[in-house]
Amino acid sequence: MATAAITAEREHYLNQEYGIRSWLLTTDHKRIALLYLISITFFFFVGGFFALLIRLELLTPAGDLVQADTYNKLFSMHGQVMIFFFLIPSIPAVLGNFLVPLMIGAKDLAFPRINLLSWYLYIIAGLIYIHCIVTGGVDTGWTFYTPFSTAFSNTKVIEAGIAIFIAGFSSILTGLNFVVTIHRMRAPGMTWSRLPLFIWAHYATSIIQLLGTPVLAITLLLVVFERAFNLGIFDPTRGGDPLLFQHLFWFYSHPAVYIMILPAMAVESEVVACFTRKRIFGYNFVAMSSIAIAVFGFLVWAHHMFVAGISLYAALVFSILSYLVAVPSAIKVFNWTATMYKGSISFTTPMLYAFGFIGLFTMGGLTGLFLACLGIDVHVHDTYFIIAHFHYIMVGGAVMGYLGGLHFWWPKISGRMYPEGWGRLAALLVFVGFNLTFFPQFILGYMGMPRRYWQYPPEFQVLNVLSTAGSTILAVGYVLPMVYFLWSMRYGKLAEDNPWGAAGLEWKTSSPPPTFNFDEAPEVTWEAYNYEEIPAPAEVQVER
Amino acid sequence: MSDSPIAVEQHGPELLHHFVDAEQQRDAASLGMWLFLATEIMFFGGMFCAYLIYRFWYYNEFAAGSRSLDIWLGTINTAVLICSSLTVALGVRAAQMGKRKLLVVLLLLTIVFGFAFLGIKGVEWYDKYKEHHIPGRSFNASDLEKPPYSNGGIDQQHEQIYFSLYFAMTGLHALHMIIGVGIFVFLTFYAWKGRYTPKYYTPIEMGGLYWHFVDIVWIYLFPLLYLIDRKPLR
Repeated sequence: MATAAITAEREHYLNQEYGIRSWLLTTDHKRIALLYLISITFFFFVGGFFALLIRLELLTPAGDLVQADTYNKLFSMHGQVMIFFFLIPSIPAVLGNFLVPLMIGAKDLAFPRINLLSWYLYIIAGLIYIHCIVTGGVDTGWTFYTPFSTAFSNTKVIEAGIAIFIAGFSSILTGLNFVVTIHRMRAPGMTWSRLPLFIWAHYATSIIQLLGTPVLAITLLLVVFERAFNLGIFDPTRGGDPLLFQHLFWFYSHPAVYIMILPAMAVESEVVACFTRKRIFGYNFVAMSSIAIAVFGFLVWAHHMFVAGISLYAALVFSILSYLVAVPSAIKVFNWTATMYKGSISFTTPMLYAFGFIGLFTMGGLTGLFLACLGIDVHVHDTYFIIAHFHYIMVGGAVMGYLGGLHFWWPKISGRMYPEGWGRLAALLVFVGFNLTFFPQFILGYMGMPRRYWQYPPEFQVLNVLSTAGSTILAVGYVLPMVYFLWSMRYGKLAEDNPWGAAGLEWKTSSPPPTFNFDEAPEVTWEAYNYEEIPAPAEVQVER
Repeated sequence: MSDSPIAVEQHGPELLHHFVDAEQQRDAASLGMWLFLATEIMFFGGMFCAYLIYRFWYYNEFAAGSRSLDIWLGTINTAVLICSSLTVALGVRAAQMGKRKLLVVLLLLTIVFGFAFLGIKGVEWYDKYKEHHIPGRSFNASDLEKPPYSNGGIDQQHEQIYFSLYFAMTGLHALHMIIGVGIFVFLTFYAWKGRYTPKYYTPIEMGGLYWHFVDIVWIYLFPLLYLIDRKPLR
């Protein structure tokens, strides 16, 4: 009934056109965002499936569920799917695509057709990768380290490499679109200092995508050439240098970490400001710290190679530079907490994810400092300590941010409210499940359990069982939102235009927005996060 | 709705709905193209980085490999590309002045130069194939002469690194040329149809930027690959 009423009421981007063609040939950034949402959710569950198999294998010390070869493929494909097909596109391609034009008051991204092309490239890459999975998979680790990947691996390295090469172009085009849109498409009055911090962080992300991804592309292409055409650029038997591969690979793949975390920080700034009903503390510092992270992010790559045989002096320099990244990251964390100080905090689902993000990101960031320290890195390199560290950043940080953002903007995206009670439960499950999964891995790693082995000594079993148990809770926490989001699209309460009483242009248009975003071209006359001027809605319980 | 009738009247047919005016659209396209070229620089940059390191390590092999390339074909190809950049630049000018026939002729000339370059490059590659200079099992560089100042001979294995880079760099450059020729075929077709006017010639300009970029890559590749050490051996 309600759906019929709303269609009669007004047109929006979801009901303007129907049919598969209207989706597959759309150039509307909001529809492309939904296409991305569906496709990356699919890959999230593919990657999650590999993760569960890994955890199941590690339930017992013996290699019983799968053998070593299969296990190698499982963790390789888990990493590649999660990084290249889920995390990198996650927030930028879904929330960023949806929100960047809305937040700056534009009708669309600067290049709508290139935006669609980028989704198609992603899908082509995804299909190639799926083909690679079902016809045997790849076992090089997500890092494609040479000479194993070029000379020894008997798996589908070429296919996986080409898939990731193409996915990289999808990512480049998204970044390019964002930078041009943010530079050229802002509404009148939307000055740089009035931009939401979401935009600043996406700007920084896009810069990394633009400058980093091509280097990964050429590196993987050279690996493919080496396997396919016998070139020898990384081949040690011909005088080629595998370390060169690692340098080129990490030149992208370290900044890629910031491609994953900066957009989560983008979400964080919006959510924290909204649910504390305050202007974000130190706007300029938070904005500039995004840029600083993007810049520093390019100068630290070799901290992945401390034990790979780089010179001690190089290692020292990279160690010090790695410490520096902590400064802008800490600025962000402190400013979010300072925003909360004396704020009117409401514990809605997005805010619970935001709290989770701050806690887990801090843990992940601080353990990152341990790893930036040369002496400790040598001890825990390639152990579960590393695994736990980067999962705290990528799952505890990026995925928490992604889920929080999805809840926060779901009313805008779908025009419906998700069920708040279930939302809070899922947020709690994710937090508990996540910590139970990954905290034991810090201890395991410190005790010396190496990564990438399918067997382990029996004394590590208790912690591994804890971790596996946690992963099942985490899985439930991830499936729940998918279920109630789908449910809410039909049965959810109709969302108001601005259910949270949030600042930002995206809340000034209707939910869901019309195809061209705004019925009248907006003109911005206020500062960002002007929460003192916006009354809190009655539904959002404010606790003082 | 947001497209008020007045705004529609002001639009030319080529102005897309989400831009305020033609200037904004042109600025966006131009910034987008320059950013894309920045990614291209990073893309080739990876190979230039590898080149730098290996040339430093294996200078004798690089010099010997460089000497085995056909300097005349390389020089002619450089000239061909510079001429093609000239025709592109003149083409943009022709588009700005609305000279449709001249534009089509210049674009066609560019395509011809592009094919000439690729043809000559193909001949060079075929020569390398005949000389067994393609990396792999049948690679044989025993015909290469070592420079007089080097101690020891030419390391066959290290020589493969030079040729690996040679083929990777010129190959990817040629791929960019092929894409460029494709773009110019497309541009020529629409120029012939009269789509580009003094008010709207952005695609010509953007295609031109791409072409100049690919040209500049060659301007660097030529000395780095062909002119490492051309002093007479004796």
